[in-house]
Amino acid sequence: MKPLLSIENLAVAYQTDLETVAAVNGISFAIHKGQTLGIVGETGAGKTTTALSILRLLPDRTGIIKSGKIEFEGEDLLTYSERAMRKVRGEKVAMIFQDPMTALNPVIPIGKQIAEALILHNPDGMSRDDIEDRVDASLKMVGISPQRKGDYPHQFSGGMKQRVIIAIALACKPKLIIADEPTTALDVTIQAQVLQMINDLKSELQTAMIMITHDLGIVAQTCDEVAVMYAGEIVEYGMMEDIFDAPVHHPYTVGLFGSIPSLDQDVERLYTIDGLMPDPTNLPVGCKFMDRCPKVMPICQEAPKTYTISGKHQIKCHLFSDIAQSPSDSGKADTNTAEPDKGANP
Amino acid sequence: MKQPIIEIEHLKKYFPVKEGKLHALDDISLSIFEGQTLGVVGESGCGKSTLGRTLLRLVEPTDGIIRYDGRDITKLNRKELADVRRDMQIIFQDPYASLNPRMTVKELIAEPLIVNKIISNKKELMKEVDRLMALVGLSQRLSMAYPHELDGGRRQRIGIARAIAMKPRFIVCDEPVSALDVSIQAQILNLLMDLQAELSLTYLFITHDLSVVRHISTNIAVMYLGQCVEMAPSKVLFKNPVHPYTKALLSAIPIPSSSMRHKAIETVKGEVVSPINPLPGCRFAQRCPGCGEQCAHYESELIEVEPKHFVACPSAVKAYMAQK
Repeated sequence: MKPLLSIENLAVAYQTDLETVAAVNGISFAIHKGQTLGIVGETGAGKTTTALSILRLLPDRTGIIKSGKIEFEGEDLLTYSERAMRKVRGEKVAMIFQDPMTALNPVIPIGKQIAEALILHNPDGMSRDDIEDRVDASLKMVGISPQRKGDYPHQFSGGMKQRVIIAIALACKPKLIIADEPTTALDVTIQAQVLQMINDLKSELQTAMIMITHDLGIVAQTCDEVAVMYAGEIVEYGMMEDIFDAPVHHPYTVGLFGSIPSLDQDVERLYTIDGLMPDPTNLPVGCKFMDRCPKVMPICQEAPKTYTISGKHQIKCHLFSDIAQSPSDSGKADTNTAEPDKGANP
Repeated sequence: MKQPIIEIEHLKKYFPVKEGKLHALDDISLSIFEGQTLGVVGESGCGKSTLGRTLLRLVEPTDGIIRYDGRDITKLNRKELADVRRDMQIIFQDPYASLNPRMTVKELIAEPLIVNKIISNKKELMKEVDRLMALVGLSQRLSMAYPHELDGGRRQRIGIARAIAMKPRFIVCDEPVSALDVSIQAQILNLLMDLQAELSLTYLFITHDLSVVRHISTNIAVMYLGQCVEMAPSKVLFKNPVHPYTKALLSAIPIPSSSMRHKAIETVKGEVVSPINPLPGCRFAQRCPGCGEQCAHYESELIEVEPKHFVACPSAVKAYMAQK
């Protein structure tokens, strides 16, 4: 089956007169219909830049796609004209933004904001009345009474606003939804409501989704596959189970899991990753994680390749070079492990 | 029995608003013992930050008693308060907004020492600043840097250095790690715990992140709409939550484990109601799965279900006792 969206070797930079920020450095992944891909990483890892590149919403002039291909339904979006792109945005690929407080227009009633997408695209050639019905249906779907469609954004709470945003994203029944930290601004009980709703709607509408988050708990609840990003690269990729349960991991993934205080284990000190993410205007030549890595070796001065551990599980780290050379010898994986248990405290 | 360093009784803070009174804190009583950490959790708008600020009298309480070392600080005048404040410090959530952008790291850390006239000798002052920077893990070469040149974790370290410069005994940490990435968050949490052990500090740790609060706290108070609904030693609270809101809160946390994949997400219905002129009775009633008639009229009073474990919901307590 051909993937719905496939990205190959995408590189994006922000260029100003003063400096060049290498935000995304050669990433590749694919998403099939109905699947959810989680992109995890810390601030500045390039998660949002990746999302914006898919919709070609990078800031004019400064945001530049250096190389790569973004194929959606078999066609390269990077070759589309601005006019053609407008047909894709909202109709085929929709985005849910992080901050529901600022993503809505404060002076337009929410019903009108949902209708806006439908009127612009009008995928099924609907009449005005049909559109109104669709608005009511979308609101019902996200659990808001259609009677409130004349209300303005300030009359809704944060969680309700995020539901409105989701209703707008779903209005045209897109094939792919990009959710950029959709629940970061919400409280936990409201976050649980919104995540449950996203899960239900996804299975109902068979929409594919890219879930961008820094919360590994959300990844566990919603994603099929996971990409761990660090300094603009995917350092580890795999099925959700690979990332959470496999015996071997990229040292960064190990650190990421270790830094989260556990809810059921007692740990005196948290595992920390020393130092900071490298400056994106001046990235190291070799492995980007080199300066913070507890397992750094001389060979790390060279950029590592991506090695396949098993099935879809891939790690971009020199530690795994010999596993990949003899993929049949699976027992070797255990003798050459990074940390076997992720929560361990050294 | 150790004396509590902080004791508050029936603390209330109402903010006057156009529609009436916003009940930010409604009858909170708790105590914090020397060297311990009391974690305060709750969702936005439940009064966590107001509690922290009222404790330091940065916000004047409407009613109630705040005792520091047995002395009621709500009655102190300006001068007396200034003395007490040296012992009671605060670390703010947003390290960028709380630091003067025009001051260097060195000046920022020296500022509280100068303002409080602790050290007047310039040489000694610089020596003390160096010592504080080393203590919080800021390297010397950053002493001339401005806050905008630093990342969130380092800015928060400046905030911590400013707080401990006074050699305080008690620090209110108001969401000190919420704005930080997990790997940096872990560094700051470790630093706070190291400092606590080294300087025998007492913390009131305000956060909305339950895994953080479990990690750092000795005791935890769960707040909902200005009231404390449950209070217990942290392990007990996570093992045996009794109040329906605590249960809902705990089950709503997404746990980073692959076993979560096929589990239905548990949710409570509805949202937090307005804290302005709240109705009498239980404030969680509208969202509570076990809400009955009795919930409309009872005075919120903490009931001790086992030693040190207090719960505000009479029906949940009854059910819990029956189970035991």
